[in-house]
Amino acid sequence: AAALVAAGSARADAAMVEEALSKLIGDAAVEDGAEIIRLDLPQIAENGNTVPLGVSIDSPMTPESYVKHVHVFADGNPRPDVVSFHFSPKSGLAEASSRMRLAQTQNIVAVAEMSDGKIYRTQAEVKVTIGGCGG
Amino acid sequence: MAKKHKPRVKAPKSASVGEVMEIKTLISHEMESGQRKDRATGELIPRQIINKFECKYNGETVFSVDLHPAISANPYVAFYVTADESGELEFLWHDDNGETYTHSQKLEVA
Repeated sequence: AAALVAAGSARADAAMVEEALSKLIGDAAVEDGAEIIRLDLPQIAENGNTVPLGVSIDSPMTPESYVKHVHVFADGNPRPDVVSFHFSPKSGLAEASSRMRLAQTQNIVAVAEMSDGKIYRTQAEVKVTIGGCGG
Repeated sequence: MAKKHKPRVKAPKSASVGEVMEIKTLISHEMESGQRKDRATGELIPRQIINKFECKYNGETVFSVDLHPAISANPYVAFYVTADESGELEFLWHDDNGETYTHSQKLEVA
């Protein structure tokens, strides 16, 4: 277990992502969501002030089965929280987009909470040419 | 000050029952992150952002968002809503300063 922790802590803020996530979902089990969550991100962002962010998940979006929340974190920003989208069966599609600031090249982590209680997680790296937190 | 934060919404005026409508929203707002320093004084500029966005359909919240300082200035949010009956779509942006900016429009569902 110690080896796993060491491997995951290469970035200063990776631990902050875990902390921010546990505030939202507690210690619930999280499954690999690479096949579930589609993250729409540029591979390279020239301007970190406004980086397009899209998430989508295949879901019937019925009262019996829908995506409740999608939380997005960034592990190389001053703070890890980016955005949480809250869906309902009337959302029709579990799909939303926005624009975010990225201070540097880093990983974007997306976590989806389903109506059946299952939680999925995936991540992708965005390379940033000019950081987006400068004054 | 209300005019300073102008909401813009692109949503259908009419739809058929069961149609999944794409809705795009944007509001002019600095989204001051609380991380920047005033160049003259060296003091941190206090955070002031839109921290929550909601879409209500005939009074019911059908989609909402928690926004953090990592969201870009002039926050853009696009999402979907299923049309089921005629009525009103209402959009609310909640500012750190306690103000709420709103936009509403009629929706005809046939």
